[in-house]
Amino acid sequence: MPDTTFEPTIVAFFCNWCTYLAADSAGISRFKYAPNIRVIRVMCSGRIDPQFVLDAFAKGADGVLIGGCHPNDCHYQEGNYKCLRRFNLLKRVAREMGIEDARLRLEWISAAEADRLRTVVNDMVAKVRELGPLNWSVPNEEFSAEKVEMEVAS
Amino acid sequence: MFEQNGSVRIGVYICHCGTNIAATVDCKAVAENAATLPGVAVARDYKYMCSDPGQTLIQQDIKDHNLNRIVVASCSPHLHEETFRNAVAKGGLNAFYMHMVNIREQDSWVHTDKKAATAKAKDLVRAAVRRVWFHRPLERGRVNIHPDVLVVGGGIAGIHTALTLANAGKKVYLVEREATIGGHMAKFDKTFPTLDCAACILTPKMTSVKAHPNITLWTYSDVTRVDGYVGNYKVQVTRRPRYVIEDLCAGCMQCIEACVFKQPKFEDEFNLGLGRRKPIYIPFPQAVPQVALLDPEQCIQFKSGKCKKSCVEACGERHAINFEQKEEIKEIEVGTIVLATGFKTFDPARIPYYGYGHYPNVYTSMEVERLVNASGPTGGEVVLRDGRHPKSVGIIHCVGSRDVSTNRWCSRVCCMYSLKLAHLLKEHTGAEVFNFYIDMRTPGKMFEEFYQRLLNEGVHFIRGKVAEVTDWALDPTEEGKLVIRVEDTLSAFVRRIPVDMVVLATGLEPQDDAQEVRRLFNIGCSTEGFFLERHPKLAPVSTFTDGIFLAGCCQGPKDIPDTVAQAGAAAAEALALIDAGFVETEPNSAYVNEEACAGCKTCIPLCPYQAISFLEDRKVALVNPVLCKGCGTCVAACPSAAMQQNLFEDEEIFEEIKGVLSYA
Repeated sequence: MPDTTFEPTIVAFFCNWCTYLAADSAGISRFKYAPNIRVIRVMCSGRIDPQFVLDAFAKGADGVLIGGCHPNDCHYQEGNYKCLRRFNLLKRVAREMGIEDARLRLEWISAAEADRLRTVVNDMVAKVRELGPLNWSVPNEEFSAEKVEMEVAS
Repeated sequence: MFEQNGSVRIGVYICHCGTNIAATVDCKAVAENAATLPGVAVARDYKYMCSDPGQTLIQQDIKDHNLNRIVVASCSPHLHEETFRNAVAKGGLNAFYMHMVNIREQDSWVHTDKKAATAKAKDLVRAAVRRVWFHRPLERGRVNIHPDVLVVGGGIAGIHTALTLANAGKKVYLVEREATIGGHMAKFDKTFPTLDCAACILTPKMTSVKAHPNITLWTYSDVTRVDGYVGNYKVQVTRRPRYVIEDLCAGCMQCIEACVFKQPKFEDEFNLGLGRRKPIYIPFPQAVPQVALLDPEQCIQFKSGKCKKSCVEACGERHAINFEQKEEIKEIEVGTIVLATGFKTFDPARIPYYGYGHYPNVYTSMEVERLVNASGPTGGEVVLRDGRHPKSVGIIHCVGSRDVSTNRWCSRVCCMYSLKLAHLLKEHTGAEVFNFYIDMRTPGKMFEEFYQRLLNEGVHFIRGKVAEVTDWALDPTEEGKLVIRVEDTLSAFVRRIPVDMVVLATGLEPQDDAQEVRRLFNIGCSTEGFFLERHPKLAPVSTFTDGIFLAGCCQGPKDIPDTVAQAGAAAAEALALIDAGFVETEPNSAYVNEEACAGCKTCIPLCPYQAISFLEDRKVALVNPVLCKGCGTCVAACPSAAMQQNLFEDEEIFEEIKGVLSYA
């Protein structure tokens, strides 16, 4: 049974030019979304060091949301691609640590997509609420299976 | 760990923003909570922090309480970061000892639960308090502004911008994609509500553009590359070949007369296919520049190489016609750019039940502009495609506007131009004219009066969204007519109104290539696809890219006076930059801590601006702060944390993370 009183805390890293502006725009449009999110502004999603994400989880975040510009739309040409590359790697590391996929999310949200920002935040909060507090001790089954496969193969 | 920064004394200011924040966030509680945080010397809440008394409050506290760090929790930093940095600087502190917390756009305006919103504000303030400990004094860089300006788009917006700047003594490059400047306005007959002729007010301005010594006009050209940054843009313009050398052509049109096609045969784009032209042509009589162009898709010389080239013969000694002309690449340097790329009209074929393209006598409003125009394909005589003169006309409003299945926005100009067309059609043909509208929108000087005038002229107004246009006659009076089926919502019954001609008041849309243009210039679009202004009210012609401004309908639908006003504003914004001569830059560039740098060169290929070089003698990386734009991608990649970014240092962000997660 998931704890019904559990309210997750989501740490978000938003790029200054797209997703942070989308969040501002959501405010201007008075869109309502879940108050569980805490936004940290960076200039570009390319600035997001994987350590920031792991540190957020270590310090008690139940989920981490990364927001950047759509591919091709980066204010700094290609910082979002660099972010994506790191994210894919980080995702594997996170799985190994037992962090479920729904807790770590990368979304491209442009300045025009205030409505999408609302949807993404609400959706993420709902999914993490469902998962409950982050439980480090449970290793991810999929990863374990993969590890077994690799061991067998070698 | 805090001791290393000496005695840190933080002032925290929580803004109520009237009730904008205070209605959802308990500002007093947030301030009281902040007062308990380490390093905080003063924590206050105040009604309007951005007001003069609010700013003075900070400055006074800096003196009285010996503050050396400031946190302001109010609106988005995109709105007031500069305001508070300046206030802090006036108070005698380095401006970058200030950090802003967004508790309006990203808190009070988006949440309803007061308790949760207050808790969030406390977390965000805590994060900022932890972060400012690590702020360091920074100096802004300066970038010089190249005095030349690029204006993209030669409609009325671009023309007015270019002339304003050129008259102020600035050198302007005006780039237009079509063969002539003038844009949509050149196609209009009269303008609402004054009914003065569009050509009479526009063509003198077009001529002055061509004649102006400060304007370089490049028509039939595209901007193909944009590099650089505010004050220092490097732009590549590609001039497509017109196969007529611009400097040699006198616009005498003898080549057109002499063309082997005796009759104009090809669809005339300027008249939207209602007229015909030859393969060599000038778009319209007042075109600027007065230079012919040749369509290689149609010219026999291009198709077979066996034309007798009577045009070349007619041109004679001038030798202006050159079948070998190639596209030409121009590289220019400008300091500022004004985008005035305009709009496109809605394609009514997307609404099949209005029959455009199916029934020949269904017209778009732009086509009717050409039909009633004295220099149009019919010389101003309204002749239908079947050769008849209309005795009754139905004008359908909001085609491709205010419609969830096409475009949701109001195109702002259609009600007024429909009134104008109703007047002109009645004047030209004496026909009965019916307007079918959802709401009449006439906000503007003399607009409502014009509507009243039309009511008195006997034009019929029926309130209702037209269901369909059909040629299916139910009784003899409808035979051979187009029947407009509509629910008259004022008299509450469904009507069938037979007319000879249907005019679709099509709405305004972003240009087809708005997305590509947006990427080219590194600016944003709003949801519907028009270019995004920096602030809808306070910076309506600026973009999020410094030095790039917007004018006219590329930013959103608007009429001619608004377009001209905006064009003037864009010119003024560019002038303000040019005359200041320089702009101060955000000091958020990356830098290398040489002691920690291992010389692994990971950062170097990551930089999209080639701002990082490697010092072979010292085996460390070096950032050129002029080239660095401050994205921080290299910082995130540095394995030894030797690369850091001003204002976004690792430790500042780690502290923010602790702060939002309630680490006291």
